[in-house]
Amino acid sequence: MESVENKTILKGGEWLIKESTANDIFIREDFSEEQQMIMDMCSQFIQTEVLPIIDRIDKLEPGLMRSLLVKAGEQGLLSTSFPEEYGGLAKDFITSTIVNEGLGNGFSFSVAIAAHTGIGSLPILYFGTEDQKQKYIPKLASGEFIGAYGLTEPGSGSDALGAKTTARLSEDGKYYLLNGQKCWITNGGFADVYTVFAKVDGDKFTAFIVERGFEGFTQGPEEHKMGIKGSSTVQLYFQDCKVPAENVLGEIGKGHIIAFNILNIGRLKLCAATNGGSRSALDMSVEYAINREQFNTSISNFGAIKEKLANMAISLWASDSALYRTAALIEEKRAELEASGKTHEQALLGAAEEYAIECAILKVFGSEVLDLVTNEGVQIHGGNGFSDEYLISKAYRDSRINRIYEGTNEINRLLILDMTLKRAMKGRLDLMGPAMAVANELMSIPDFGNDDETPFSEQKKYIINFKKAILMVAGAAVQKLMMNIDKEQEVLIHIANMAIDTYHAESCLLRLMKLTEKNGEANVAVLKDIVDCFIYDAADRINKNGKDALNAFGEGDELRIMHIGLKRFTKVQPLNSKAAKRRIADKMIADRKYAF
Amino acid sequence: MKILVCISKTPDTTSKISFKENNTKFEESGVQWIINPYDEWYALVRAIELKEKDASIQLHLISVGGADYDPVIRKALALGGDEAIRINATNNDSYFIAVQIAEVAKQGGYDLILTGKETIDYNSSSVGGMLAELLDVPYISLATKVEVNNSAATVNREIEGGEETDEVSLPVVISCQKGVAEQRIPNMRGIMAARTKPLKVIEPAAVEALTNVVSYELPAPKAGVKLVAADNVQELVRLLHEEAKVI
Repeated sequence: MESVENKTILKGGEWLIKESTANDIFIREDFSEEQQMIMDMCSQFIQTEVLPIIDRIDKLEPGLMRSLLVKAGEQGLLSTSFPEEYGGLAKDFITSTIVNEGLGNGFSFSVAIAAHTGIGSLPILYFGTEDQKQKYIPKLASGEFIGAYGLTEPGSGSDALGAKTTARLSEDGKYYLLNGQKCWITNGGFADVYTVFAKVDGDKFTAFIVERGFEGFTQGPEEHKMGIKGSSTVQLYFQDCKVPAENVLGEIGKGHIIAFNILNIGRLKLCAATNGGSRSALDMSVEYAINREQFNTSISNFGAIKEKLANMAISLWASDSALYRTAALIEEKRAELEASGKTHEQALLGAAEEYAIECAILKVFGSEVLDLVTNEGVQIHGGNGFSDEYLISKAYRDSRINRIYEGTNEINRLLILDMTLKRAMKGRLDLMGPAMAVANELMSIPDFGNDDETPFSEQKKYIINFKKAILMVAGAAVQKLMMNIDKEQEVLIHIANMAIDTYHAESCLLRLMKLTEKNGEANVAVLKDIVDCFIYDAADRINKNGKDALNAFGEGDELRIMHIGLKRFTKVQPLNSKAAKRRIADKMIADRKYAF
Repeated sequence: MKILVCISKTPDTTSKISFKENNTKFEESGVQWIINPYDEWYALVRAIELKEKDASIQLHLISVGGADYDPVIRKALALGGDEAIRINATNNDSYFIAVQIAEVAKQGGYDLILTGKETIDYNSSSVGGMLAELLDVPYISLATKVEVNNSAATVNREIEGGEETDEVSLPVVISCQKGVAEQRIPNMRGIMAARTKPLKVIEPAAVEALTNVVSYELPAPKAGVKLVAADNVQELVRLLHEEAKVI
């Protein structure tokens, strides 16, 4: 933890044991004029260039996606964060996150551009030699080359290191000969450059830059998918595929560093994109609800519909709050690492690694918010929502993949606790002290009073208690299960759920506090409803996840005491959430959109 | 050559319209502002196209408004243009605005002044004509095509049931509409450059407005729709006769 201009910047995972103030965090409302213009430009690009031809995109019309990506390149949308020497715009991490969100509501186009600018380009930018970067990055920045990424195989998805594709050096030492198969390759059908992972001599996991056209490289037909139908997805086959030795990316045997590090940034960016999608699906649903009449009145007048709209908005606002809070943490860390002498690329990777826990939290929550929003969006649309005539049905189908790629949500949930505990063991994160303090608190007389009269003291106390609940359950799990904790995935996932809810609850509370300071209490009334509802609902979820985790390994008096502790830590004041949610929905209905 | 493009800010087309102060002022709170589409899509983009063909052209933007205009002006600068001038005054009277712009234009020696054919908020469509008169130069309204070569312009304009082609010597004021150019999206480099382009703020000339708005009124809300079954022509005729009283 360190202080910069009165701001306390927490290290990765430290939010669990330390408090932040409103001033510490960055929020969407802090966007600069330039950042807002960039967000508007992205929306305009989707509105004018993508949505009018979305049906043609979904039919995989040859050449169409590539031409759109080239147009995006002309707009500067493919190279936001690339350094200037490779044709990039060298924008900060928050701005590149804004671009991902702004382009997130373009259905299959969003997938294609995210894959191209992320996993398609970043491995070369971050791990390439100077020659490799000079050769590929400017063309990837302009859209002249389209990038893709080949990690997954039919037999190895989540278990990425179990890949069977091999590489062996040719006798003359000039080529590696790749043999094997990759699947689910986004942009695979038309990409020019692929980062492909293979095991040198069958055991040294290594990344290679493979160009379309290399001898021995072929691709399969387009997959028929449930959603993102306009996104090209094919298998790649390598039969003694000749890859020049200078196309090894990074070091032999160090492919896992590339494969895993790229994913931290990818997870945050995926959250940005899903939030962009959620925003537009929610807007569509608000508009539809207003216009649709049943029983001689707009269905937006019904409580059942209002409650849905409010739940969609509450979860999106929470996701949005956590996203920009985290993006700013990464940006600040990057600047710090760059100032200490690291290259821009090393600094950004280092910063993303620092906040890898938060990135996993964002990915899980953001993708599940999109599922909630599109699912309820279809429901609000009724029968029409089931028809291809309405975009919400496409949004619903396209949403589902987000819980699967960039690490399934299950893998990400497991990683949240795994990474946290590993950092504690390595001394990067002091979990022991706070966990012991909570254990002691359980044995002492509870503190019923709350004599803090400052604004939001009650909500701040809830967040502190949620954190105590996590520390208590996680601490007990570690103590009881010891080295076997890895095998108790259900327990790990329950604890991860508590962490996901708590990080989001804290992020939206801090955002509300910052906005209250900025705009005055009277102007944030509906936002306070949003935060109250989120915390109120999260408290019950945290309680349930905590109980399920505890019951899996606890017993006797100890279990009973922990149940009492959990109850105490997840206790919140009664809230008339029906009334609060109606106010949230009414604001959206008046604005005819999600305007929070 | 020097081109001046007049830029107004208007409420986004989806804004909720309401009035305050006894219906004499537009309620601006909560409104999203955009560049008046006629100024942006047609006048400004055409000027940018001309500059793209001839890099020696100096392209200036001008607005009359308060500091709340600045984000909209910078958005226009993100599309293109070398610099912008904002005359620091808030008044919707067309004469007032035209005089302010004329004062600047006289000093600037502009060869071509482009405006949108109207603003999508107050719809007065008069600034261009007044400006031309104040500058004592020709005015061509409702242009659908603008070509410039050296000291003259060829302008197509919409007339009832057809089109007219004019030739005019510079300087000239032209109001633009659909056809003059195509909407553009600012690109990332343009947005980044906008921040460093000069935005000069100058104080207004002393002039009285000629008009004063007494009140604004919203159109009457749309009446409900009555559906008559397709085979019930008699009922339709009866309703048209007795209720709508149109036959």
